[in-house]
Amino acid sequence: MRRWKSVVGVVLTAVMLFPVYWMINVSFTRDTDMRKSPPNWFPIDGTLDGYRAVLDQQLPYLGVSLVVGLGTVALTLLVAAPAAYSLAKLRPRGGGALSFVLLVAQMIPGIIMAMGFYAIFLNTGLLNTVPGLIVADSTLAVPFAVLILATFMSGIPEELLQAARTDGAGVVRTFLSIVLPVSRNSIITVSLFAFLWAWSDFVFASTLDQGGDHQPITLGIYHYIGNNNQEWNAIMATAVIASVPATVLLVIAQRYVAAGVTAGAVKD
Amino acid sequence: MSDTIRTAAPARAARARSGRVRSSGARSGQWAAWAFLAPVVLYLLLFYAYPLFRNVELSLRTYTVRSFVQGGAPFAGFGNYAKVFGDATFGPALWHTVVFTLVSLVFQFGIGLALALFFVRHFPLSATLRALFLVPWLLPLIVSASTWSWMLNSDSGVVNAALSWLGLGPVNWLTSPDWALWSVIIANIWIGVPFNLVVLYSGLQAIPAVVYEAAALDGANGRQRFWRITFPLLRPVSAITLLLGLVYTLKVFDIIWIMTKGGPSGASTTFATWSYRLGFGNLVPSFGPGAAVGNLLIVMALAFGLVYIRVQRRQALA
Repeated sequence: MRRWKSVVGVVLTAVMLFPVYWMINVSFTRDTDMRKSPPNWFPIDGTLDGYRAVLDQQLPYLGVSLVVGLGTVALTLLVAAPAAYSLAKLRPRGGGALSFVLLVAQMIPGIIMAMGFYAIFLNTGLLNTVPGLIVADSTLAVPFAVLILATFMSGIPEELLQAARTDGAGVVRTFLSIVLPVSRNSIITVSLFAFLWAWSDFVFASTLDQGGDHQPITLGIYHYIGNNNQEWNAIMATAVIASVPATVLLVIAQRYVAAGVTAGAVKD
Repeated sequence: MSDTIRTAAPARAARARSGRVRSSGARSGQWAAWAFLAPVVLYLLLFYAYPLFRNVELSLRTYTVRSFVQGGAPFAGFGNYAKVFGDATFGPALWHTVVFTLVSLVFQFGIGLALALFFVRHFPLSATLRALFLVPWLLPLIVSASTWSWMLNSDSGVVNAALSWLGLGPVNWLTSPDWALWSVIIANIWIGVPFNLVVLYSGLQAIPAVVYEAAALDGANGRQRFWRITFPLLRPVSAITLLLGLVYTLKVFDIIWIMTKGGPSGASTTFATWSYRLGFGNLVPSFGPGAAVGNLLIVMALAFGLVYIRVQRRQALA
């Protein structure tokens, strides 16, 4: 019975992941086989041309995405961690209202934020710049980060913080040397999500960085689709490379990912 | 801080003094609390409130490229909104938004629930397979969307190849007005299933095994166990999953834009892609109407968002 369930489970997973397999398969397919009917189901006679094209043309895009992702993580943590500590432990008057605002902020469609940012960035010279993109991308993560970190931090035992105070530590000291180290796991979770969202962002990139000299990998793929419709092995090879952070995340931090999904949805 | 003082001042003689100390301690505690909140408050004002304000302003004025850069656009009142409501795209876009959202939700939730029920009893490999199911949700949307574009390609796509193997004619998934909306819905369902699976799975796990054991002792069969126990006990989590899914699906833009650009001839245009096309998709941008459509979308998302928060609060209290 249990073995039979495993077989069904493997089949279901295979069906679900077929598009991912197909992306990898096409990334190895030769140009001449690309329009073959029926298509090659396995990458026999495979080629690395697609990946060579990525190395030739897409490395700068990948570099920009890395910088934007790391910048977004830094900005998000800088803003969110102190706020979460305050909401969880310092009982600010009006804290409930602020949590409510953050909850609502998560629901605003990105495309609307993009239009407002466009108007502002145009006048302040941030349009088509990497810092501008980092600021815009961080709006995807900051409300989520504050709410998740606050949930985790409110679980820190009060005795621990009192012991620090008895030893003469002020609020700032307690935050830096007790709260932050204890919250390591939730900080990792939040950082992973912030990086992934910034790395995957297309809405802000395509509106705020369309004419920029430094464009992220999502735009690299988008230009590929628009320009050379024929070289799908190169497009899919780029897609495979762009999926690497998601894969790494899943392999090294799977339980944090599941925790983040459910914490964001079920708790507040 | 006020806690220490409260517990450290039990003596009646000290009460008057401690009252003073406590209130000043509480005040300095409030200062510290808001000092820690200051960055996020500033952040919200600068990077949420201000863009949203600019967006409202955009929708109330008549902007050209020139006045966009230099300022001085004439006030138009609700002219942009009137223009949007009167536009021939309005009706179809509203209908597509509703169909896209509802059909996506029903299938994402249905498939997610079925998979969660399947995975909730552990079997060899179950943890690994469940983790693999997260992949579609973690991939960048441009990756998923472009993969689906190529799979659904009329001439060389693997979907049509499989259909012809079954003896069915080729379907112009992305280029026919009859199928474009369904193509983007299929891709969106695929992306949304993992989220529903994970949340519903954790909801199922929270149902105590004792309840099922008692039901089994009473002789309940599998179907009865589902309808009498699982279904009612899972309703709170289901409500939250569906409402959150609703808010997230309303704002889906990337997938549709990358796969069809809202076409052909507007056949898969939703409010999100319409707003983008007005503001950024044409050589001559019409920011005013674009922002107006965007604000309509915000109103829709927030309406359901507030329902979500209400439901969640009520459940937290219960």
